[in-house]
Amino acid sequence: MKKYLENKSFLCGLILISFFLLIMLVGFFYLPCDPNFTDADNRFAPSSLEHLLGTDHLGRDILSRIMWGVRISFSIGFTVMISGCLAGLVLGSLSGYFGGWTDRIIQKLVSVQMAFPGILIALMLIAVFGTDMRITLLALCLMSLPRFTRITRASFIKLKESLFVRAARARGAGHFRIIAIHIIPNILPELLVTCSISFALAILSESGLSYLGLGVQPPYPSFGRMLNDAQRFIFANPRGVLIPAVFLVAMVWGFNLLGDGISEVNEK
Amino acid sequence: MTFRKFLQGSGHFFFFRKFFDFMTTLFLISLLTFLIFQLLPGDPLLAILGPDADAAQIDAMKEKLGLDQSLLQRYFKWIWGAFHGDLGISYQYDMAVSRLIRGSFFVTAGLAVITLLFTFVIGFSTALFLAQIIKSRAFNFLSTINQIWFSIPSFCTAILLILLFSVKLGLFPTMGYVSPSQGFFLFLRSMALPALSLALGSGSILSRYITSSIKSQLKQDYVRTARSKGLSEKKVIINHVLRNALIPSLTIFGLIMTEILGGSIIVENVFSLPGIGRLIATSIQSRDFPLIQGLVLYLAFITLSCNFLVDMLYRVVDPRIRLQGEV
Repeated sequence: MKKYLENKSFLCGLILISFFLLIMLVGFFYLPCDPNFTDADNRFAPSSLEHLLGTDHLGRDILSRIMWGVRISFSIGFTVMISGCLAGLVLGSLSGYFGGWTDRIIQKLVSVQMAFPGILIALMLIAVFGTDMRITLLALCLMSLPRFTRITRASFIKLKESLFVRAARARGAGHFRIIAIHIIPNILPELLVTCSISFALAILSESGLSYLGLGVQPPYPSFGRMLNDAQRFIFANPRGVLIPAVFLVAMVWGFNLLGDGISEVNEK
Repeated sequence: MTFRKFLQGSGHFFFFRKFFDFMTTLFLISLLTFLIFQLLPGDPLLAILGPDADAAQIDAMKEKLGLDQSLLQRYFKWIWGAFHGDLGISYQYDMAVSRLIRGSFFVTAGLAVITLLFTFVIGFSTALFLAQIIKSRAFNFLSTINQIWFSIPSFCTAILLILLFSVKLGLFPTMGYVSPSQGFFLFLRSMALPALSLALGSGSILSRYITSSIKSQLKQDYVRTARSKGLSEKKVIINHVLRNALIPSLTIFGLIMTEILGGSIIVENVFSLPGIGRLIATSIQSRDFPLIQGLVLYLAFITLSCNFLVDMLYRVVDPRIRLQGEV
């Protein structure tokens, strides 16, 4: 852990993400205002003690909406990361460990998916099943899947003929034991990098979909939707665009930094 | 001689293998795109005609859409049509899907070309600049800034650019499209911000990739030799390192193309450009299935072709790959 903390990228990323985690945790217990409370007399209010970051075109408190938005981004990022990682781990290890036809079929499916620009899969699923949070999550998981599968497969191919695996095999360990106990712990650093990047990408894609009005649905605030709303009033209230943009970028950047930091330490 | 040996002997084995990959992937994509739309919840006929439709209308629509045929028949009919440029009729516009796609293709293609140009300029100039100061303190600072660009979603860059160039400085229009026939300068002016907002992201990916590629090349022996001849750092990089560093960056071209096409779906909506991306968004909102199906197939085909071309180009540029492919 110490060598990670000595890495500047990792440390900066960690600080940024901790900051957002803090915002999210505080948001569970205390929100300055109701994020959906509209106040027509108080549109585009500047910063004040009552509304620290001002209000939007419906007079809603921007800070409270941001705090909700962070919560939503985190839960989406986390769900996508965990499920993408688990599914990718299973597919990647099957593909890398067993090789042959299993490998060929899985690789073909991965390459089919890589041929789509990620967002197209999401759009197609949303077109068929409608705007539903579960569908959005499913689409985002599918988008993160190839990355996990590829990285797991590559590491498995590298490790499956290594001495410690051969030793385990010679002692009579079964396939499952070799995969789960001997190989997977050794690819954790690489997986962590992918996890962190997938987290960032999930937040990015979700905000893109929400911008198009196809992601998180009102009344829940999300960064993409806030940006879309604010863009319509960009002349009247340019601040409304800047604030969610800064928060969104800082969050994504935090996860990218974390990923970079881990991979820098791994390479040393 | 087996067929495989024959192909290997012909010197085009790599090409055949890649082409086979390309075709099978395309087939699977078309199958997937077709099947996913068969999963539509509810009755598609009621979705089109509305709940008040009577039996005669439903039967007529069924026949019109060919829904009385089997799944396999419909798939082959669809794919056969797709090969001939017939992707069905859009519900919403009551027009051939292929005609709609053709109409918006030019906008998206124009955007992609200008974006690609910007991406190269931004990517290469940043990478070359960063490579020369690789040992200085400023390098870390500048590559951090580069990383921030990489973290900004393109639609967010787009809105920020609108804020700066359109709202504050009034240099560019906030949205809208001017076709080149109305004036080439006006066309460029309407495309500048959308292209820039896509290119800043993809340019930073490119420059990051080239910089790290240059970094790893700088550790090679031939660089030491070049330096010991007394060449300046600039000459070492431009005359010796760059050529070797650029070859791996070709592989990323496919990724960048995917990134640009995916990003343009959203960015076209930010700027209200009447391209493929805008068409997709509106067709989803109006649940215009033949149009979505056609657009997805079309975009996937373009992305796949770009990747295929990159593979081929890579082989032409670096003969070492050619050997690896055949051995």
